[in-house]
Amino acid sequence: MNYFPDEVIEHVFDFVTSNKDRNTISLVCKSWYRIEKFSRQRVFIGNCYAISPERLIGRFPGVKSLTLKGKPHFADFNLVPHDWGGFVYPWIEALARSRVNLEELRMKRMVVTDDALELISRAFVNFKTLVLVSCEGFTTDGLAAIAANCRFLRELDLQENEVEDHRGQWLNCFPESCTSLVSLNFACLKGDINLAALERLVARSPNLKSLKLSRAVPLDTLQKILVRAPQLVDLGVGSFVHDPESETYSKLLTAIEKCKSMRSLSGFLEVAAYCLPAIYPICSSLTSLNLSYAPGIPGSELTKLIRQCRKLQRLWILDCIGDKGLGVVASSCKDLQELRVFPSDPYGVGNAAVTEEGLVAISKGCPKLNSLLYFCQQMTNAALQTVAQNCPNFIRFRLCILDPTKPDSSTDQPLDEGFGAIVQSCKGLRRLSLSGLLTDQVFSFIGKFAEQLEMLSIAFAGNSDKGMLYVLTGCKKIRKLEIRDCPFGNIALLTDVGKYETMRSLWMSSCDVTLGGCKTLAKKMPRLNVEIINENEEMEECIDDRQKVEKMYLYRTLVGPRKDAPEHVWTL
Amino acid sequence: MERVSRNGEASQLLDFVAKEREWLMKRLQEQRRGPPPPEDKALELKLGPPGDADQSNKDFTMNYILEKDESLLSLGYFNGGNQAQAQNFAPYLQFSPSISRTQLPVLAKDISSETMDLQNNNDAEKKKAFLAASAATAATTAVPNSSQKRTAPAPVVGWPPLRTFRKNLASSDGHGKPAPKTHQNMVSSKIVSEKPAESSGKGLFVKMNMDGVPIGRKVDLNAYDSYQKLSAAVDELFRGLLAAQRDSSGCDIKNTQEEEKPITGLLDGRGDYTLVYEDYEGDRMLVGDVPWHMFISTVKRLRVLKSSEISVLSAGGQKQDKT
Repeated sequence: MNYFPDEVIEHVFDFVTSNKDRNTISLVCKSWYRIEKFSRQRVFIGNCYAISPERLIGRFPGVKSLTLKGKPHFADFNLVPHDWGGFVYPWIEALARSRVNLEELRMKRMVVTDDALELISRAFVNFKTLVLVSCEGFTTDGLAAIAANCRFLRELDLQENEVEDHRGQWLNCFPESCTSLVSLNFACLKGDINLAALERLVARSPNLKSLKLSRAVPLDTLQKILVRAPQLVDLGVGSFVHDPESETYSKLLTAIEKCKSMRSLSGFLEVAAYCLPAIYPICSSLTSLNLSYAPGIPGSELTKLIRQCRKLQRLWILDCIGDKGLGVVASSCKDLQELRVFPSDPYGVGNAAVTEEGLVAISKGCPKLNSLLYFCQQMTNAALQTVAQNCPNFIRFRLCILDPTKPDSSTDQPLDEGFGAIVQSCKGLRRLSLSGLLTDQVFSFIGKFAEQLEMLSIAFAGNSDKGMLYVLTGCKKIRKLEIRDCPFGNIALLTDVGKYETMRSLWMSSCDVTLGGCKTLAKKMPRLNVEIINENEEMEECIDDRQKVEKMYLYRTLVGPRKDAPEHVWTL
Repeated sequence: MERVSRNGEASQLLDFVAKEREWLMKRLQEQRRGPPPPEDKALELKLGPPGDADQSNKDFTMNYILEKDESLLSLGYFNGGNQAQAQNFAPYLQFSPSISRTQLPVLAKDISSETMDLQNNNDAEKKKAFLAASAATAATTAVPNSSQKRTAPAPVVGWPPLRTFRKNLASSDGHGKPAPKTHQNMVSSKIVSEKPAESSGKGLFVKMNMDGVPIGRKVDLNAYDSYQKLSAAVDELFRGLLAAQRDSSGCDIKNTQEEEKPITGLLDGRGDYTLVYEDYEGDRMLVGDVPWHMFISTVKRLRVLKSSEISVLSAGGQKQDKT
């Protein structure tokens, strides 16, 4: 191989797309390291504080596509203070200064300011793709800058961000010359939209394949858009309420029938059940359906709809579908791979909720199921064992019983056996979230059987340090471990400190680890950042090593403690 | 098989043991609290269905604490399919002891106070308390024909693990835009269980009813940023209606143009009427205790009660009806 010129080797490397494989390639010899280094275009950084932008640029100067993740996962559930960190601006600044030819930027749980967006739009001439998931800190002004300045913009995808809406005319900021859009998602915006600008934009975007509208876009605009863009593959409906007897509605029916390429439907942020029949014509070709943002659709309407979606591979739905409705899903959607059932009434006592019956029905009807997120009222070991038997292909299994310490509802035992069955049967399981009454036993099962497990979320479970230790010693591939309200303390934390350098991060909140334990860990492991988050102001006065730590987040890093932590976050 | 005597036992340890498939659980009762009242003990019963194959395979045995409570057997909570009842019952298991044990003392305190404690409890004991309380709340709901509401688990920060916008989904109105007239009936008879608070993203509308006035009002709480403003709004909304009621009640025949009396003192208990609210658990609370933003996030409906009635309520214990 060494007799080939570099260009040839580089060309060969082009076919190696997985970053893991490319990392391996770079270890072969210096020349391969060098070639690979300059030809690497896609970089994934799972924790923005594990490395610095300067080191990234030094290592991969040719980076074109960057993915950055910031806050820990539990930030989604308000367990992390708002100002904890995850600022993207320093990254953009560094990349701009070094004249990196950035084309794609994907961020998750980061703080993105308007300044950052503006800088992106001006610094990177070939910028094409911006995907923001669960981010915050920006307004529609920042979006206006992106729209106005990114001449080759292909993708602007905003998923579940907190955006301050200045009700400006950001959609108007796309110049008339912009015809390159392939994907536009602004469903999370709350403010009004310039509908005319939207229609014109769609009209001049012949490559548009994915469009997700916000609630402010009414049905009549949707109809006009669909007439312009029958080539859409992925549609997020904004508002779907209209008089079914009107001309607009019948025009919509005609327009929808022409959307032969439609495969994915979502949104319905505002919907009237009696309008749903309008989408029946495209149901038979849908592979993905997300009705989880649409409250108020009765289970009967949902089932009528789903019965027609026989090719469905992904379904996100609210629990008002009920166990019976899930039975309909099971009999209609034989190709189902991913199912998410969200609670429509998280704090109520759930008349509309689903139970273990629905899940068992799904497992019987949908053997290809590999990804599950299921919020339910109750669960039994027997049901989990059945599910494990019927669906051995789970990659992601996340179960959330609304009452977090609820035992098996028919035997009152802990759910250890049930989850044990899941990990034993699903040999490829990579992600697991537990709930219900659980003892150390379930962790013993996990440690023993969950060989591929990479991410584990635990809440209100376990009896002793043994639980956590089973996981740390048994799960060789664990990367992210997040624990809340469990009786795991310093012994569990400190038994195998080296383990944490093989992981991305560990989160422990409301557990039994003390300040002293965390300090010990930080001292032993200089390449970890051990952060203590104290939102309790009184902590300042009585800092005692024996005191239990409210929230601890530790992660491996090559760049030492970060300098942008707020006051109440201490890096030990 | 270990017999657990309940009479005057000072303390019994409630242990959780996982040893392969064997379980040991004994109950801890704190000395100071003594044995729970008999009716609560009845609720703490856990009964094994006789001859259940699964159970016997697992090599434990279960005990009755109270022999007389065989009636609970008929409630059949171990029929797997009987979910409505199955979810109500508390796990207090009695098993044959095994030798090694890992200890988890779960405090089984008085059930009703435990539920209350939990709601105010924020320290690390929360997890253990939760264990008992979830049992406790489950147990209390086991009482048939109870006027007590079915309790949802006490609110815990970050649980259930849902993004914020998903939490508000239940109360957001799917029909924010006015429906066409031909379909008004369909719209108004939403099949999803009735939620008193609608939040269309622009307004937080809650129902408000006043004692003595049959017609209620809807109030957009987002339009106010303080209790004072809310109080003023109540006065504005109901003053006329209240006066109309007085007129129609016919006690004052002579003067139909009676002066409309302003409604004051809603927040400090000094007026004829007092403002209370119901939170998402259905509990009635006095308005004004917590910061406004916290109030906004938990209020589900408002009531204007006669102040005289309030004192009757507090004397007689919690009123349980949820209208």
